[in-house]
Amino acid sequence: MYHYTDFDAAFLAERNAQFRAQVERRIDGSLTEDEFKPLRLMNGLYLQLHAYMLRVAIPYGTLNSRQMDQLAMIAEKWDKGYGHFTTRQNIQYNWPELRDVPDMLDALAAVNMHAIQTSGNTIRNVTADHFAGAAADEVADPRPVAELIRQWSTDHPEFQFLPRKFKVAVTGAQADRAVIKAHDIGLRIVERDGAIGYEVIVGGGLGRTPMIGKVLYDFVAEEDLLPTLEAIVSVYNLLGRRDNKYKARIKITVHENGIEDIRARVDARYALIRPQFGGVDQQMLARIKADFAAPRFRVADEAPYRNAYQNDPLFRSWADTNLSAHRAPGYAIVSISLKAHGKTPGDASARQMRLMAALAKRYGHDELRISHEQNVILPHVHKSDLPSVFAALRAEGLGTANIGLISDIIACPGMDYCALATARSIPIAQEIATRFDELKLEHEVGPLKIKISGCINACGHHHVGHIGILGLDRAGVENYQITLGGDGTEDATIGTRAGPGFSADEIIPAVERLVLAYLDLRTEPAETFLQTYRRLGMAPFKAALYPEAESKERADAA
Amino acid sequence: MPKPFTPKVVTANALLEGDVIYMTADGWTRDLAEAEVLTDEADADLRLIEAQSQPGSIVGAYLADVTLQDGVPHPTHFREDFRATGPSNYPHGKQETVKEERF
Repeated sequence: MYHYTDFDAAFLAERNAQFRAQVERRIDGSLTEDEFKPLRLMNGLYLQLHAYMLRVAIPYGTLNSRQMDQLAMIAEKWDKGYGHFTTRQNIQYNWPELRDVPDMLDALAAVNMHAIQTSGNTIRNVTADHFAGAAADEVADPRPVAELIRQWSTDHPEFQFLPRKFKVAVTGAQADRAVIKAHDIGLRIVERDGAIGYEVIVGGGLGRTPMIGKVLYDFVAEEDLLPTLEAIVSVYNLLGRRDNKYKARIKITVHENGIEDIRARVDARYALIRPQFGGVDQQMLARIKADFAAPRFRVADEAPYRNAYQNDPLFRSWADTNLSAHRAPGYAIVSISLKAHGKTPGDASARQMRLMAALAKRYGHDELRISHEQNVILPHVHKSDLPSVFAALRAEGLGTANIGLISDIIACPGMDYCALATARSIPIAQEIATRFDELKLEHEVGPLKIKISGCINACGHHHVGHIGILGLDRAGVENYQITLGGDGTEDATIGTRAGPGFSADEIIPAVERLVLAYLDLRTEPAETFLQTYRRLGMAPFKAALYPEAESKERADAA
Repeated sequence: MPKPFTPKVVTANALLEGDVIYMTADGWTRDLAEAEVLTDEADADLRLIEAQSQPGSIVGAYLADVTLQDGVPHPTHFREDFRATGPSNYPHGKQETVKEERF
């Protein structure tokens, strides 16, 4: 993984010292809140419903054990003993006090981490496929280029005051596990005639006006990528709307001007700035790539895995749902579920963080990943070690076998924490997971992604959930709208709203009716919820959601 | 008839802790039950301006609707209810403090 240079360390130390002084000036009254707010936001510090919230970047979701241990230490020393992993591969602390934040940032810097540009109208934390460097279907590891983009975008003088926030995601595989088509810029590493390049997608996004990104270029050579990105963000910086916050994202700029117009402008800008990129970025990329060299995979007997798989039904169930194909023989990618039934999606206690760090160190080549689905990944585990890993995880409440299933729910913090939320998300996720655990149905239901947002900003990605749930405030009461058929993969699709919303009491039974209807409608157990929806459309699911309307229609027809 | 004025409290977040606070006759409290209830619109606007003139200790003051039950203010909207209590997934925030004080 990437190692900070002296330059990186000095930059971060200086930045943290600046923020420490800014906090002091706020506390002694030299700075007003209006003056301080943009400064704290640039350093990831929000003021939420009950307390401050510090959002720490986990660049492209990659951590080592030392960093995870430090996150645990910070959770215990300055928070309430836990952290919340987010849909942008970040971690949020929900209870810091203002005076402690500079110390927290110094503690992060000690392990090469920061909270810079996790907020504000800047280029945010660059996200990537959480199976990067391990996936069997990968063209190339997306993390080196993600790191290059992180360095280019951090404190980029031209892009500190964009019309709105700007999010970049990178994948190195055909299968899209990074939701690249719902980002301001999505990059996919592709190979053409033996050369590595990038498909560049722009103008995707969720929120109030969900859009699937459009292909700007189908192949950009590796050495042309950074000037291309600079040209895109530069065009957006000038053209993007600043008159209306809700129309300020690049998805609207692309939508209003058309992809051809944007391409022509980017081409013109690119021609102007390309000569400024003299190849230094490529030298840096080469150095970064060396940092991301694959670990030395070992060769060992897989018998312990086979024995456990045959003899231990709990291990078998976990292995069937939580393991993914690794590119090295004898290895597996382990997804650790942070979605124990009834718990808060994405939360890990300090104790759990330390266990995951220890397992990564002992069994996982010292690597951990955070997924946008709010789980933790051990990307490189030899199969012979899996029984030991599973036993240790289970002992700390981390052995839930539900990856990709109905209880593996994405949920934003919602009104339990977020100042922008219009309804709660977490309790809805907890109740759905608990209900389907009681029914003992989730393995029979199979792959099904439920995603819940507590407001229109869609941090919970509800638009791309197979079942999406959006919490709203309807006349002072929490109300939940259902969308169906969304998909966040390479076949990205925005879900369709099913009909009127449900109260907090009605939403769990409504989801249950929907899922039971699917079980009746599918042609065979292998047909997933999404496939069934695509085959049959909305009508039979709508009938299940709104049985009263259905029976009334029948009565009227009779 | 003019529309009756809904009683209000002045609320904000504390600068240092970020905690939800309410204005009293002579300062601030962390407990909604102790807040000064404002039943007159002009008075409420004045008290809000007074609160906003204390940027050294509070952040983001605004007026929140309340109803009175036995003379004690209670939130009318669920958002204010969460602010007055804490999150629903852990016993953190104000509910934690109240519990500690009680036992």
